[in-house]
Amino acid sequence: MAAPQLHRFTLPNGLRVVLAPDHSAPVIAVSVHYDVGFRSEPEGRTGFAHLFEHLMFQGSESLEKLAHFRHVQGSGGTFNGSTHPDYTDYFEVLPSAALERALFLEADRMRAPRITEENLRNQVDVVKEEIRLNVLNRPYGGFPWIHLPPVLYRTFANAHNGYGDFTDLEQATVDDCAAFFDTYYSPGNAVLTVAGDLDVATTTELVHRHFGDVPARGTPPRPSFAEPPPAGEQRAEHLDPHAPLPALAVGYRLPDPVAELDAYLANVVLAAVLTDGHSSRLEQRLVHREALVTDVSAGCGLFSALDARDPDTFTVTAIHPPEAHPDRVLAVLDEELDRLAGEGPDADELGRVTARWVAGLHHDHDRLVSRTLAYGAMELLHGRAEIVGELPRRISAITPADVAAAAKALRPDSRAVLTVVPNGGSQ
Amino acid sequence: MTATTTPATPPHRSAEEIGRTVRGPRPLPPLGEQRTVAEPLTVDTLLPNGLRVIAVRRPAVPLVEMRMRIPFAGESATHAARAELLASTLLCGTGRRTRMQVDTDLARVGGELDAAVDPERLSLSGSALADGLDVLLDVLADVLAGAAYPDDEVRRERERLLERITVARSQPRVIAREALQRHRYGDHPFTREIPEPEDVAAVSVEDVRAMHADAVVPRGSVLVLVGDIDPTRAIDAVIGALSGWQSERAATELPSLPEVSGGDLLLVPRPGAVQSQIRLSTQVVPRTDPAYPALQLANLVFGGFFSSRLVENIREDKGYTYSAHSSPEFTPGAATLLLDADTASEVTAPALLEIRYELGRMAVTPPAEAEVESARRFAVGALLTSTASQAGLASMLLTLAGVGLGPDWLRDHPGRLERVTVAEVAEAARRFFAPTRWTGVVVGDADRLSAPLAALGGVRLP
Repeated sequence: MAAPQLHRFTLPNGLRVVLAPDHSAPVIAVSVHYDVGFRSEPEGRTGFAHLFEHLMFQGSESLEKLAHFRHVQGSGGTFNGSTHPDYTDYFEVLPSAALERALFLEADRMRAPRITEENLRNQVDVVKEEIRLNVLNRPYGGFPWIHLPPVLYRTFANAHNGYGDFTDLEQATVDDCAAFFDTYYSPGNAVLTVAGDLDVATTTELVHRHFGDVPARGTPPRPSFAEPPPAGEQRAEHLDPHAPLPALAVGYRLPDPVAELDAYLANVVLAAVLTDGHSSRLEQRLVHREALVTDVSAGCGLFSALDARDPDTFTVTAIHPPEAHPDRVLAVLDEELDRLAGEGPDADELGRVTARWVAGLHHDHDRLVSRTLAYGAMELLHGRAEIVGELPRRISAITPADVAAAAKALRPDSRAVLTVVPNGGSQ
Repeated sequence: MTATTTPATPPHRSAEEIGRTVRGPRPLPPLGEQRTVAEPLTVDTLLPNGLRVIAVRRPAVPLVEMRMRIPFAGESATHAARAELLASTLLCGTGRRTRMQVDTDLARVGGELDAAVDPERLSLSGSALADGLDVLLDVLADVLAGAAYPDDEVRRERERLLERITVARSQPRVIAREALQRHRYGDHPFTREIPEPEDVAAVSVEDVRAMHADAVVPRGSVLVLVGDIDPTRAIDAVIGALSGWQSERAATELPSLPEVSGGDLLLVPRPGAVQSQIRLSTQVVPRTDPAYPALQLANLVFGGFFSSRLVENIREDKGYTYSAHSSPEFTPGAATLLLDADTASEVTAPALLEIRYELGRMAVTPPAEAEVESARRFAVGALLTSTASQAGLASMLLTLAGVGLGPDWLRDHPGRLERVTVAEVAEAARRFFAPTRWTGVVVGDADRLSAPLAALGGVRLP
C-alpha cells in the first residue's frame, strides 16, 4: 500500500492534529485519542476511566443526552469509543458529507461535556451490565486481560482490573468526573485524527473553526508506570464458575514499545512464529503432535500489539482438556522458545510469517476505522503516526537473530502463570 | 509536559462549570454535498460447472478477498456432525499437499483460508496479497477437488471438535440461540447449529469423504473475489484453477422453514446465571419483497441501531442492558427479525415489560417523520461505510448471492430506501411489530426469574 501523505499540525491550545487523505471511497473517519487510560485511575476508583468514556457520550453544551448518537447515525455514520491501558479513543465513520458535523460533535464534548448525576447513575448501571455480559456471566470472561496482570505486576496501576469492581463503580461521583475531565481531557492531552475522503486545506480550516476555541488547560504530567520484571515465576489460580475446560495464560514482560520499537516488533514476529497458522511451532506441537491443548494463541499486548506504553505484556494462552497438565504445556513452550533462542526461525519460515503479517495489516487497514485509530494511537504513544505506514517495512526487516533474541528473553524465571480452574461448567 | 505534580485531588471546575461556556450552545453544522463514486468494475458469471463467480475491482490495498458459499443442508439427524467434522478437516491435506503445505503455500503469498459450516451452507473465506491470487485459487481448487481427509488428522480434529463443542455450549449466547431455534423451529435441520457429541464421536473418515464427494459441489455455489484485481482475468484464473471441480449433483439448499408464529415465551433455566438472555423473534419479509425497504427502516426505528426506541428506553433511560438489538435473519425465500438483550436477573422482567411496550408502541404510535429520516440516512450511510472495504464488500456480495441477488441490488438499494414513505414505514410497523406476533425465550436463573415473569404473564415456566 502506498502510505498516504500525512499532514500534521498543532492548534494554539495544544491539540495535535493528523490528517490522512485517501479518496478510495467517499467515506471519512474522525477520532480523538485522549492520553489517559485505566492505568491512570486512582485506587478506590477501578473502572473509572472506562466509566468516564461512557459519560462522554451523554451530552455536551450544544447536545442534549442522546443527541450525539442521533446526529452521528442520522448522518449515516457509526460511532464508538474504547478504553485502553494508556489512552481512551472516540470515533465516528461517516459518509464524507458529514465531515464538519463529526468535527463539531467531537469539539463540543472536548469543550463542555454535560456531566450529571442522573446520567452517571444510568451509565454505572449500563457498565455493570457490560461487565456481566463480558466477564461475570460467561466462561473465560476477562481471560487473560483482567486475571493475568495481577500475577505479572505488583503496582496498582499495572495490576488492577480496568473494568472495575462494582463497589468502586457505585462510589463514583459527579465531582470525580469533573476532576478527571479537567485533569486529563484537555486539548493539549489529545490527538485528533481525520482520515479518508477529505480536502486538506478545507479540513484544516474546519478543525481550526471547531476546536480552536477549546480553552487550553495544563497538560497533566505523565507518570511512569515502570516496575521491575517479576523475580521468579509467579503463579496464581483463577476459579471460573462457567468454564468447562481448564485454561492457562503465561505472561512475560516486553521491551519498551516506544524506546525499543524494533525489539518489540521482533516479539510480534515471534508470536506469529509460535501460533499463527497450522504451520506455526506451538500449534504443530501442542495442538497436533502432542495433542495437549484445544487451541493456543500468543501475542503482544493485553488487547493487541502496539496498544500501550511500557510496561507491556507478551501473552501465551491455551484452553486444554483436564488430562493435560499445565506443567507439560509449559515445558513444551520452554523447549520451543529455547530452540528458537538457539537457532532462530529458518529464513523461509520467517518469510512466510512476515508476508502473512503484512497482508493482515493491509487487511485491517483497509477498514478506514482501523487505519484511523492506528494513526491516532501511534501519534499519541510514539509521536509518529507515520509508524503505521512503516510497519510493513520494519516487520519485513526483522531477522532470525532478532527473533532468537526475543525468544531468549522470555525466561521461565521471570514470568506469570495463571491457571483457570473450571468449576464443572454450570450447564 | 508541565513540571507541576498532581495532588491527590487536583483543583478543578465543577461539573456545572465544565458543561457551559460563555458563548453558549452552538448550532449543528449542515451536511455537505455527498460525493458519489463510479461503480466498480464487476463481472458476474456462471461457469460451465455451475459455479457462479462474482469478481470486483477494488484496489485500495494490494489484496484480494475471497468468499465462497456452498449450500450444504441435510435432513439426516447426524448431518451436522459429519458437516462440522468435514469443515474442520477440509484444509488438513489433499492429494498434493499435507496440512502443513496447505498453510505454508498460503502464507508465502500472505494468504489465509478458513472453512466453516452451519445448517445452510459451507463457507470458505480467505484473502491473499493480490499477486498471490493464483496460489490462493490453486489451494482452493486443491481442497475442493482433492481434500484427502488423512486418518490421523480426522482423528485429532474429532477430539478437538468435541472439546470445542463443550466450550461453545457453555456460552450463554449459544445456549440462548439453541433454545430459540428449538422454540421457533422444533426439530427442523435449521436448528442443528452445533452437533451432538455422541454423533461427532461416531463419524468415520469414510463418512466425511463420502459427504465431500456428494455435497462439496460447484452447481448452486457462489464464489466472490474483491480486490486489487482485473475482474475478467480473475474469472479466467478461476476457470483455469477450478475446471477439475465437477459434479452432476447440485448443492443442497435448506428445506423451507415453518413460519414463526407469535406466542408465549419459554423460560430456559441456567442455574447461577447473574444475567439473562432475552431472545425474541417474528416472521417478516425477505429482501426481495416490495415491503422490505419499509420494514428495514421500521426495524431500525424500533431496535436496529443505537438511536432506536428500544435502546434509548432500556439502555439509555433505564440502564437495564449494555446492548439491545433487533436485526433481520435471512433464510432461503424468507426472513425473521431477531431481538436480543442481556439483562441482570433483577431487571429481566422489567426489561421484558419495556420491550413489549416498545413493540406495542410501534404498532399503535408508528414512527414519525424525523425517526424515519434518521433511520433512512443511517441505512444509506451504513451501506456505504460497510462496503467501503474489500472484506465488507465481498461479504455483502456473498450474502446477497446466497438469496439469488446480485451487485445490482446493492447499487439500487439506496434508491429504494430514498423512495420509502413515512406511511409505508407506519404500515410495516403495524404489520410486523404487534407484540402478539412475537415469540421467544428467556435464559437465566429460574429461581429468581420465575416469580416476576409469572406475574408479568405470557411466559411458559419450566
